[in-house]
Amino acid sequence: MEFVLDEIYRVLSPEGEILPNRQQGMSDELALSLFRHMILTRLLDERLTAIQRQGRIGFHIGSMGEEASILGSTAALRSNDWLFPCYREFGALLWRGMPLKNYIDNMFGNANDPAKGRQMPDHYSGKPYKFGSVSSPIGTQITQAVGFAWAAKNRKDPLVTLTYFGDGATSSSEFHNGANFAGVFRTPTVLFCRNNGWAISVPTERQTASATFAQKAFAYGIRPVRVDGTDLFAVYQVTREAIEQISNGGPPVLIEALSHRLSGHSTSDDPRVYRTEAEMEAERKTDPITRLRSYFTARNLWSDAQHEALRTELDQEIKQCIDLSSKVPAPALRTMFEDVYQTMPEHLKTQWAECEAAPRAAGHGSPGH
Amino acid sequence: MPQMNMVQAINDALRVEMRRDSRIVILGEDVGKLGGVFRVTQGLFDEFGGERVIDTPLSEGGIIGTAAGMALYGSIPIPEIQFADFIFPAFDQIVSEVAKFRYRSGGEYPCKMVIRTPVGGGIRGGHYHSQSPEAYFIHTPGLKVVCPSNPADAKGLLLASIRDPDPVLFFEPKRIYRAGKGEVPEGEYLVPLSKASVVRPGSQVTVIAWGAMLFEAIEAVNRAASDGIDCELIDLRTLWPVDLDSIIESVKKTGRVVIVHEAPKSCGFGAELISLINEHAFVYLEAPPVRVTGWDTPFPYTLENEYLPLANRIHPAIVKTARFE
Repeated sequence: MEFVLDEIYRVLSPEGEILPNRQQGMSDELALSLFRHMILTRLLDERLTAIQRQGRIGFHIGSMGEEASILGSTAALRSNDWLFPCYREFGALLWRGMPLKNYIDNMFGNANDPAKGRQMPDHYSGKPYKFGSVSSPIGTQITQAVGFAWAAKNRKDPLVTLTYFGDGATSSSEFHNGANFAGVFRTPTVLFCRNNGWAISVPTERQTASATFAQKAFAYGIRPVRVDGTDLFAVYQVTREAIEQISNGGPPVLIEALSHRLSGHSTSDDPRVYRTEAEMEAERKTDPITRLRSYFTARNLWSDAQHEALRTELDQEIKQCIDLSSKVPAPALRTMFEDVYQTMPEHLKTQWAECEAAPRAAGHGSPGH
Repeated sequence: MPQMNMVQAINDALRVEMRRDSRIVILGEDVGKLGGVFRVTQGLFDEFGGERVIDTPLSEGGIIGTAAGMALYGSIPIPEIQFADFIFPAFDQIVSEVAKFRYRSGGEYPCKMVIRTPVGGGIRGGHYHSQSPEAYFIHTPGLKVVCPSNPADAKGLLLASIRDPDPVLFFEPKRIYRAGKGEVPEGEYLVPLSKASVVRPGSQVTVIAWGAMLFEAIEAVNRAASDGIDCELIDLRTLWPVDLDSIIESVKKTGRVVIVHEAPKSCGFGAELISLINEHAFVYLEAPPVRVTGWDTPFPYTLENEYLPLANRIHPAIVKTARFE
């Protein structure tokens, strides 16, 4: 067995041309649909960052530069497969069917937020979309994705789980636990590492002395794959292949998707403190949307006019959702005490009554704060 | 009615429920062929097979993390943590994930499981085979915490925990795993959660204990009786959510209370119980509430009987409380 993994799977050249011996590997219809979705997530990043700067929402954590990595892999899932997200994959949640309005409600933490305003923005959950529940602790979803797949396997339920995590998460005990359990019990799981080069301000060389993240798979007896995460077709193809192989009894797969984070870690971060403008400028040239746009344009499947029209249309839709969500009131006080347990115990009933009787806090009910 | 010790009673509870509900999965270190280091799961591997009674890698975080995934899928995992002292690698999964799943997902994702783990001292286990970490988990919203003191309760409370919709930490007092046998009802037998048991009715001092220390409290209460002090002894059985009504009812009657637990004194569960008593029965109190607990030190090896709140320390605390004016 070869223990160093040099090859990075690519389909598109940096200029957006199909490389020799490679194929698009999906219909034009699906490709364009994913492309539109990538633009939607990019626009959301721009809009949400802007309204965070205006103080209208508290936080946003986006996926600029990683749209191909997220959407290419999510699109490769079958309808019965489950997704266990990190916190950058709202594009995947929307692709799997959550209405944009619900996502924006989550950004405002208002009364219509499916998570009932209990978590900070971008900590959504989406059971109807076979999409897990976002938490902030790093890597915890990895072992959960493995456990879910394991339970399904023991029930002869032929689903596969895919879990997202960043390069930093490979340093967590959860990555080790998840990869180890996946390998030992051969669970039907894809471990999808979005290597964007940074864990907030800490670069990959501070996460590992391994030559690649993917090669860690060898130690766990699972299969490694490296792919260009800015290449939609490449990501889709390797994920599809991983799911097919796992479904046919193959080992779990660790995919390392290499991309660049074309923004700060989140709205709370300022990358200028630890990165040079020249570096960031160079990375912007790897923009997966620009690359796909060149590809579709060259094939006469996309025009500048279409691009602008789509941007305008999506922008309108986003603005409308923001406008509506921002007017929805805060969740009722009782929601703070519900769902801690299935049935509210006496001590929480007492505390709820005490809370209701107390004067309201300053700034009570201002959504987004 | 069959006679069983606590190990046999818990084993029986697991067997009864696993026969009834195919969603139940046991996972942990050495729980399979060996039947657990305390033999609590003995014979279950043979009856239910390796997909339902699973020996895992040596990783508590992995055990609880994968159990959480199983619970999300719809299985009912009953992970075993070999000693409560080893639960801390899984602390993040229990506190940040299992306890919060239902709440943080707006009710979409219950994460029901029963985490079984042997707890407490008295087996000459030193720091790492003796601790009582219940307070960490009582302090975490979303968890239920149970600790039986006898075989019948162990069975009944475990069945109730398995059927409860919320995650439960089921602490098994290993010092009394095999201390004695008692009558345990066959088949389905449930003891409701959050209901304390008044072990001995009395009028002068309320003594609250649970788990292995209940028997030390019984000994102390008997000694106090020969001093002419009539104690009411309460076995909490479920620590959280606690049966406040039973406690308050008793304290209103006696006005005096002694609380016993093995865990260190400061910020132990006794502190919370006394706060609750102050909030709900302050005007009935005739003496300062007293805690007899482990010391605020790591759990010692050689001097463990000096560390534990045994009858030799509980008895004088009862006498002092009874005679306080």
